[in-house]
Amino acid sequence: MTALTFTLVVSTISALAGFLGALTGLGGGVIVVPVLTLALGVDIKYAIGASLVSVIATSSGAAAAYVKEGYSNIRIGMVLEIATTIGAVVGAYLAGFTSTHIIAIIFGLVLMQSAYQSLRSWNGTADNLVDSDKLARWLRLGSNFPVGGKRQEYGVQNVPTGFGLMFGAGALSGLLGIGSGAVKVIAMDRAMKIPFKVSATTSNFMIGVTAAASAGVYLSRGYIDPHVAMPVMLGVLAGAFLGTRVLVHAPVRILRIIFGLVIAVLAIEMIVNGIMGKV
Amino acid sequence: MDDTRLESFIGNLLRAGVLLAAAVVLAGGLFYLVQHHADPVAYRHFALEEEQLRSLSGIGLLALHGSSVGLIQLGLVLLIATPVARVVMAAVGFFLEHDRLYVIISLIVLTVLLFSLLDGH
Repeated sequence: MTALTFTLVVSTISALAGFLGALTGLGGGVIVVPVLTLALGVDIKYAIGASLVSVIATSSGAAAAYVKEGYSNIRIGMVLEIATTIGAVVGAYLAGFTSTHIIAIIFGLVLMQSAYQSLRSWNGTADNLVDSDKLARWLRLGSNFPVGGKRQEYGVQNVPTGFGLMFGAGALSGLLGIGSGAVKVIAMDRAMKIPFKVSATTSNFMIGVTAAASAGVYLSRGYIDPHVAMPVMLGVLAGAFLGTRVLVHAPVRILRIIFGLVIAVLAIEMIVNGIMGKV
Repeated sequence: MDDTRLESFIGNLLRAGVLLAAAVVLAGGLFYLVQHHADPVAYRHFALEEEQLRSLSGIGLLALHGSSVGLIQLGLVLLIATPVARVVMAAVGFFLEHDRLYVIISLIVLTVLLFSLLDGH
């Protein structure tokens, strides 16, 4: 394969992944890494390095739009980023001495969970409106969000549990090169009782910072290769941009089902190839 | 400055950073393809031999000497820097709000980020 063909193939795949990732809210990384490794035979660590870069691009690029909606909470994000960034650095170091087979198998398992979540189209716990507990009050994490022209106050609970889960989300992100937004949202929604919209948009804000923490380690290890990262980053960014444009008109339910099925197939492939030592 | 204005400012800054990074990567990429479009790619095992592409100073030097892969890598570093800039801006914003607790929290996050970026150099 020539450099031109490789670049065109990878950027096309990445654009598609970014497009679907934006439409379904699950991010492009979960498609890019398995397709690059399974279909093109790219070493998984380089695929992960490239994916991390694209995760930062979509997170930072979408931040302004999310802020405009008025749901994201910079204080919750910042407190939890202590946990996600430390987790991300630990995950990135672990990736350095974990065999690619094991990484592929873990990746497959995480894909399974994403597929399940996509098919079930979970929209969070409906009535997350609580009073802040003592630690959350001290950290002033509670805030408000817009509901029909008024501001709805909300509180936050169980910060230590959320903090622990966020460490795990960061470690997964650093090990697999994905945003692991799903884990972040679950931690905020289930453990910390934060309203779903706030959890989802704050998670997007955190994903870029988390990915940057592991990207530094990948860069100095030589796993961010310009030949792969260039088409992946540009492709995912273009795809995500298009995806957010058509989001309003898209048949999201059908797309989530397609996305879920695609991921489920990729998950099985990753696990089988990992066990057989092919990845 | 309140939290919403702070976040909105940071959001716009991030988008500008991403567009700048993408433009640099695109320029480097086109430059690279013009020179190397017919080269075979050993994409199965990249084994990044150029030690310079792994360090911030090396990348800067390569880009300065007009290397196309150096330019791509410079764009990627700019991109990785956008979330770092976000944390810096947040720290400054909290400082302007006289919110000492959150200045400290932001600085802890910044320390972890810088540790990761400067590790090994």
